[in-house]
Amino acid sequence: MLNVKTADVKKFVGEAKYEIMDPYRRNAAFKKLKKFLEHLMSFLIIVGVSYVIIAPVIGMFVKSISSTKDAYDPMMFIFPRYPTMEKYKLVIERMEYWKTIGKDLAYVAVCTVIQLFVCSMVGYGFARFDFPFKKILFGCIVVMIVIPTHTIMLPLYITFRQFDPFGIFTRITGDYLNLMGTPLPMVLMTILGCGLRSGLYIYIFNQFFRGLPKEIEEAALVDGAGLWYTYFRIMLVNAMPSVITVTVFSVVWQFNDMFYANLFKISENIVISKKISTLAAVIANQDKILDIPIQQLYVAAGIILVIVPIILIYIILQRRFIEGVERSGIVG
Amino acid sequence: MKKKRKLSLTKKRAIAGLLFISPWLIGFLLFYVRSLIMTFRFSFSNLSMGVGGYDLEFTGLENIIYAFRAHGSFKQILTTSVTNMLIDVPLITFFSLFMAIILNRKFKGRGVVRAIFFLPVILGADAISEAMELAETMMNGGVAAQAAEVTATTSGTIAFDIDYLVTTFMNLGIPVKLLDYVAQAVDRINAIISASGVQIIIFIAALQSIPGSLYEVSRIEGATVYETFWKVTFPMVMPHIITNVVYTIVDNFSKSDIVELARTEMFTNFNYGLGSVFSIVSTLITCLILVIVVWLIQRRTFYYN
Repeated sequence: MLNVKTADVKKFVGEAKYEIMDPYRRNAAFKKLKKFLEHLMSFLIIVGVSYVIIAPVIGMFVKSISSTKDAYDPMMFIFPRYPTMEKYKLVIERMEYWKTIGKDLAYVAVCTVIQLFVCSMVGYGFARFDFPFKKILFGCIVVMIVIPTHTIMLPLYITFRQFDPFGIFTRITGDYLNLMGTPLPMVLMTILGCGLRSGLYIYIFNQFFRGLPKEIEEAALVDGAGLWYTYFRIMLVNAMPSVITVTVFSVVWQFNDMFYANLFKISENIVISKKISTLAAVIANQDKILDIPIQQLYVAAGIILVIVPIILIYIILQRRFIEGVERSGIVG
Repeated sequence: MKKKRKLSLTKKRAIAGLLFISPWLIGFLLFYVRSLIMTFRFSFSNLSMGVGGYDLEFTGLENIIYAFRAHGSFKQILTTSVTNMLIDVPLITFFSLFMAIILNRKFKGRGVVRAIFFLPVILGADAISEAMELAETMMNGGVAAQAAEVTATTSGTIAFDIDYLVTTFMNLGIPVKLLDYVAQAVDRINAIISASGVQIIIFIAALQSIPGSLYEVSRIEGATVYETFWKVTFPMVMPHIITNVVYTIVDNFSKSDIVELARTEMFTNFNYGLGSVFSIVSTLITCLILVIVVWLIQRRTFYYN
């Protein structure tokens, strides 16, 4: 039996009445409701948008572990009935995954280190020194960010197809040097501060160095440090937030870059994303899997394999990255 | 020169500065200035690749006239690319500002959500998106899941009838152009979300840099949330709106159809002169849009420092 006293009920009703009648408490109640609705809204939006972003990845993953039987199973929903890892096994073999990914990561790492070094140096030069035409030259950096690389792709192609700075190679060997198919053009451009989105990185570093107090350098100079030493051992160490921001951007974009990889015909043994485009054909040719939906399962496994390392790198750097962006040059 | 005469400190520092930027300066002259001049020359001539190099044959304005008067799809693709850009850029900017404001609040799992929002930047590789598209087009009716989806939409029980909504709003007297814009925005929600990863991060950083005292003051003075947004948050992130708009326009342009057209013209049809015209014209138009947009926003920008 319910043990309800009439007095309790009366008290409850009275309080409710009181709550509605009293304007102050009513306001408080409304505010609570409003806040709840606000939280609910933002929660729903975040979940919805996150779903839109993650859904293809989940779909890709499910495809990559489902077996041939599952591909034609109309009852399958999210979880495959006969999950298998054989797709991965074959794809790793056909892509020569470990070898290629190792080479690719090494290539990306080299480019990133050069980017960090060169862009921070140029950014520092712009931030701390006065020289003639400084404003115009910095305008050129902005122009470099804005001009799409596609405008200059053909001259770049010709430059590196018939590589001949100051006629050195024609004089020695009597022929141009053909750099197509090697990662050299990309490395050369990066060394000269014109690599993939270098303009943006220079801008980031410049903004950050301008925000650092001048006293640090002055102290260093008084203590007898040379300009180079000051930059390399003092300023660059202080620029850690920018360094991390640029590292993440550079690694991700360099790894994903197909434009330069295609333009310079960099071998697909170095750029792994190029292998994705040919994976279906390779599978069809070598393993006689001609059913297109089944081929797609293999391609899905290949894509997962390609994006896993980059996601791992991002997760490792992520926490410091967001902090870094907050404190680095993009803001300001 | 006399041996005793030393350089003054300012001159020394100027030389040091030039040394610091010298790698970039050489690269810029070598790769950018030279290439731009070359592209410009190509667009006025007929280029043929030979064994030992390339031959240029000056043809004057022929390429440009051909592009605008005779080429089948250039003008059409150019206009659609530009209109698409004009539609997308405000959408992406406001969407990313909106998401940044939501993500800037304190809630559990914020780190995970922020990582998720950066995913599109990682997944943006051409090869990966190409493979995804290929998977979609090739699977039409092929795989069971796809087929199930098709039946679901045609049976009309689960499917959401957008036509009904559109006609309802049209009957309410809302202009068709506006409805079209909204419908297109909804249609492109996927593209918009995946194109706004970097922008969201920039906006989050911008929001973090707004001094908290400003919000305190506005709360004490009795400003509503709405007023606080328009009077504090919005002016403070205005400089970053410029950064983001510029980034979005450049990013959008580099992925647009017109660039693709220029590339096929050059590397598939080997018509380098015409391809150069395409890329130069489209770049000029993009730069013009950039200048106009930046000028328009900058007039209303307030700089805190």
